[in-house]
Amino acid sequence: MTVEFCGLTLAHRIINGSGTFDAIAARAAFGEALAGEFPFAAYVSKTITLEPRVGNPPPRLWESAGGLINSIGLPNKGLERYLEEDLPRLSGLLAPSGGSATPIPVPLITNVMGSSAEEITRLLDACEQHAQIAAIELNVSCPNVKTGLDIGADPRALEEVLRAVRPRTSKPLIVKLTPNTADVAACAQAAQAAGADGVSLINTLRAMALAPRTRAGSATPWLGGVTGGLSGPSIRAVALAQVAAVAERVSIPVVGMGGVQSARHARELIDVGATLVAVGTESFRDPAAAAKIAAAL
Amino acid sequence: MSAPFARRALTVTAVQQLGAYSVMRVADPDAPEPQAGQFSMLAAVERWGGGEGERPFLARAFSIARHLQGESHYLLEDVGPGTRRLCELRAGDQLWSLGPLGRPFTTPAEGRRAILLGGGVGIAPLAILQDTLLEDASVLLGFRDGERARGAGLLRDARVATDDGSLGYHGLVTDLLEQELQSDAHAVVYACGPAAMLERVRSICAETHTPAQLALEAAMACGFGACYGCVVPRRGGGYLRVCLDGPVIDAAELERVEEHAGASA
Repeated sequence: MTVEFCGLTLAHRIINGSGTFDAIAARAAFGEALAGEFPFAAYVSKTITLEPRVGNPPPRLWESAGGLINSIGLPNKGLERYLEEDLPRLSGLLAPSGGSATPIPVPLITNVMGSSAEEITRLLDACEQHAQIAAIELNVSCPNVKTGLDIGADPRALEEVLRAVRPRTSKPLIVKLTPNTADVAACAQAAQAAGADGVSLINTLRAMALAPRTRAGSATPWLGGVTGGLSGPSIRAVALAQVAAVAERVSIPVVGMGGVQSARHARELIDVGATLVAVGTESFRDPAAAAKIAAAL
Repeated sequence: MSAPFARRALTVTAVQQLGAYSVMRVADPDAPEPQAGQFSMLAAVERWGGGEGERPFLARAFSIARHLQGESHYLLEDVGPGTRRLCELRAGDQLWSLGPLGRPFTTPAEGRRAILLGGGVGIAPLAILQDTLLEDASVLLGFRDGERARGAGLLRDARVATDDGSLGYHGLVTDLLEQELQSDAHAVVYACGPAAMLERVRSICAETHTPAQLALEAAMACGFGACYGCVVPRRGGGYLRVCLDGPVIDAAELERVEEHAGASA
């Protein structure tokens, strides 16, 4: 039983959250056969930026109660090398589909981030030249170069940027909303008004951890990037509330995510209005988690 | 040989105390034969969570200390909520295991003699290295105290150093390395242990132009290149992922070995 999403045909409803699965690294660890039995119905890339980024200094991880705070800092090889080196290695992924004897091709969704409409335009223009990219996911959890606020945190700023960049791509455009905002549903509405084809949420919640104190002195942040993003089962209830609020306010499809560990959790997000569900942190604990959830759904 | 693409529920067959450590044996007859230096991501099937700070949540990375007759051996030390829970497991208990993962040790260039150098619980991958590749290597092991030094029984014919002088040489195991290299500089070093020890090994080997393979430890969320959490600074800029580019990394590739690995163990 395939699923339609923004004009794409998917093997099932489970995809990956951006930055939680590296298909190239996974094939190095688990073998090339993985490409033919890919656990996700669509593959969302790590966030790609115009210029290469090395990412944040370590430590980058902090295990919290029922979850994880990460401060990775979006390391990536930059747009040019992503298109040249990675894109060819991401072709030919196939996902088993419960209702079909033959596996279904896994569409590639490239996640991009820029700090201004100009930067995002350059990213979209480059992606537009590559038929292999089936859709774009726009990470708007990026500080606006003009205001310093996250582009996605304010509905009016978000709508302005999206109206400027929307005409640049003919591909489905999915906006990855930030949960670190006063009114995520208003941001989703702004994205829809500006022509987004879908929205995905929730991204990680901004969070912080202090280093264990070994001697008297002032407390210092543990993470090299000072703050990070909280994910895992501890954010699932927040995700359910935000996905429900967004799905109520928009008519475009919603990708729901946040702490999903089982088919029951995925079903809850679908019940409140998600078309697709992304699995992220649980894939760290078991790379086959998404495949098991898809099969049980 | 690639690791199976899923964590697998395995059964603990035996746990033996070895001084301050324990050796846990896990029946794993269907796994690909692990190579020396590779690791597994381990978590208890029951009660993984609900410990100190409502942890653990993520699996923990462990070097495979030995693989004999379809059993993988792991060396455990209770240093945090995850390792504590694993130390509670007994024969018959179930364990999630993902692996074997990571880049292994490689055999030395022709003519160079091998020196295995380990510190604390980090001696684990040197045992399988001695079993499989380097039976005749010199073995230098360092421990904090006498109780931990009993861990040296994991390997054959080890020279031991202790920080408190309770057994063997009184001082750092890297002092023994310097002595060895003075007597015969045509060597290659295989090391695993605390960051401070590895940094000293890296620096000694850089000064003496001795090739060295370091098995690094880092807190990691996944173990297979997905999370980008376990990075170490690469010489010349950027970072290496310990899980994918390592855990065994050529010392010449590293800018330095930094401490902050064990905080979530």
